[in-house]
Amino acid sequence: MKNTAITIRGLRKTYGQQTVLDGIDLDVPAGTIFALLGPNGAGKTTLINILSTLTKPDEGKAAVNGHDIASERDAVKMSISLTGQFAAVDGMLTARENLHMICRLSGFSSSGARARTSELLRLFDLEASAGKLVKTYSGGMRRRLDLAVSLVARRPVLFLDEPTTGLDTVSRRALWKQITELRDEGITIFLTTQYLEEADQLADRIAIIAGGRIAAEGTAQELKSRIGEERIELLGDDEELLAAYATDGSLQDIRRTLNELAGKVSPETRIRLRKPSLDDVFVALTEAKPFEGVLR
Amino acid sequence: MKTVQTVQSVPARKTSLAITNAVFVGRSIRLSLRNTEALIMAIVLPVMLMLLFTYVFGGAIDPGGDYVNYVVPGIILLCAGFGSSSTAVDVSQDMTNGIIDRFRTLPIRSLSVITGHVAASLARNLLATGVVIGVAFLVGFRTSAGFLEWLAAIGIIALFILALTWLFAAIGLVAGSPSAASGYGFILLFLPYLSSAFVPTATMPRWLQGVANHQPITPVIETIRSLLTGSPIGHHAWLAAAWCVGILLLALLWSVASFRRKAGHR
Ligand SMILES: Nc1ncnc2c1ncn2[C@@H]1O[C@H](COP(=O)(O)OP(=O)(O)OP(=O)(O)O)[C@@H](O)[C@H]1O
Ligand SMILES: [Mg+2]
Repeated sequence: MKNTAITIRGLRKTYGQQTVLDGIDLDVPAGTIFALLGPNGAGKTTLINILSTLTKPDEGKAAVNGHDIASERDAVKMSISLTGQFAAVDGMLTARENLHMICRLSGFSSSGARARTSELLRLFDLEASAGKLVKTYSGGMRRRLDLAVSLVARRPVLFLDEPTTGLDTVSRRALWKQITELRDEGITIFLTTQYLEEADQLADRIAIIAGGRIAAEGTAQELKSRIGEERIELLGDDEELLAAYATDGSLQDIRRTLNELAGKVSPETRIRLRKPSLDDVFVALTEAKPFEGVLR
Repeated sequence: MKTVQTVQSVPARKTSLAITNAVFVGRSIRLSLRNTEALIMAIVLPVMLMLLFTYVFGGAIDPGGDYVNYVVPGIILLCAGFGSSSTAVDVSQDMTNGIIDRFRTLPIRSLSVITGHVAASLARNLLATGVVIGVAFLVGFRTSAGFLEWLAAIGIIALFILALTWLFAAIGLVAGSPSAASGYGFILLFLPYLSSAFVPTATMPRWLQGVANHQPITPVIETIRSLLTGSPIGHHAWLAAAWCVGILLLALLWSVASFRRKAGHR
């Protein structure tokens, strides 16, 4: 049984003078949700495009579902679905026609394609506008159709590049639920997102890419503990941060800290107990050299 | 760690090339039918040109009134040019708006998306040619052609459309945007005017005759003219076939190479 859905070793990609990926190593366990985070231009889309055989790496190796992305591209294509960062649907066709076309191209019979199309229209709440030309769709509807189209075939590995960008809260929740269900069926999901709480809630493991390399990788909990413990924060009148003290979160430790503060600050001062968030991790890992990836 | 069941791909089989092609031909025909403006232009414009040439210029060019018989083959080719030029735009649109990446991640031969546009262009143009011939009869066109001559004429027209369409497809593949594609395509549409389409080349200045006699459109037009009106065919037929096949092969190679460069593994 293979336990690793995606293996990446020493992957490099350069566009002209600009090194976008500078030696990426990653292992994504099968049947998990893996989130790739990183600032704009960090190379998330580039990495997904390489893994889905759209782009050639300059150096390094990668395997998806056990198939080499350079020498076994047909086998990789049979193993993946992709929702790219920008919707890839045909505006001059209706939603139903788009889905039917991709069903047929994915290997469904004519009647199988019709059944799968109806199923996906229902699942993505597109039945009411199924017969309208996609060019008349709103951005979020287009996005939903794009997601539906990439779920036409059932493949062991699913790439989602910023899947929830532009979705309203209800659609986003629905998508989270679908992604979790797919994971529970054993499908590996590799996604990128700019919403860190999304990665926090959804992903089994998270990697942060910055400066062309993986700056950190682990569970949300592991990443958070890397940058410190819980803190007691003192707040001013406008909720601004006056001071912060590390704590292990236990009653005795908090009591000790508060006792020490008792004489020093006014009794009106407000306090807050704060756990490190993924935002803190992200900022700590990427802020130091915010434009390195772009300027190199 | 809990054990993970292995996920099987469903559908497990790759789509056959025949189905892939059929799907893309169907898609392109549907797009052609939806792009009503282009479709109407492709039919109305040649018809208007024909009326213009027969009724407005015709009297001056050939006061005997036989001009319609002379000009019909030229109009048919002009029509083929108009109709296939939109292939450049269709192809360029597909290459630039993101959908090509969807096709490229599917386990199919993605070049078929271009084949689909070419097939639709052939269908569209043959339809337009039919309309033009129909109108020609209404305005006095008379032919001596029998069944075999018609068959040969339609064959050479289809071959010409195919060659031209692949040429426009290649232009669409190399153009940076749909509007650039439409611009480049426009240049080709001038070629019929520099041929024997509307006036015999003997009436042109000597330097222009050199161009007009040796460009591909002239033998194609002369071949159609001979087949339909019974004028001597001479070596035109072979020249026309050679030109069309030559252009077709070059355009095919150019298209495939450009497609590899733009949409292969890069
Ligand atoms: N085809 C290309 N040619 C030249 N440069 C490119 C190309 N594709 C990407 N780049 C550059 O590579 C860098 C990484 O781009 P990429 O799209 O992978 O970033 P990203 O992490 O997905 O960013 P975002 O969060 O904005 O989506 C960018 O600086 C971009 O300009
Ligand atoms: Mg991106």
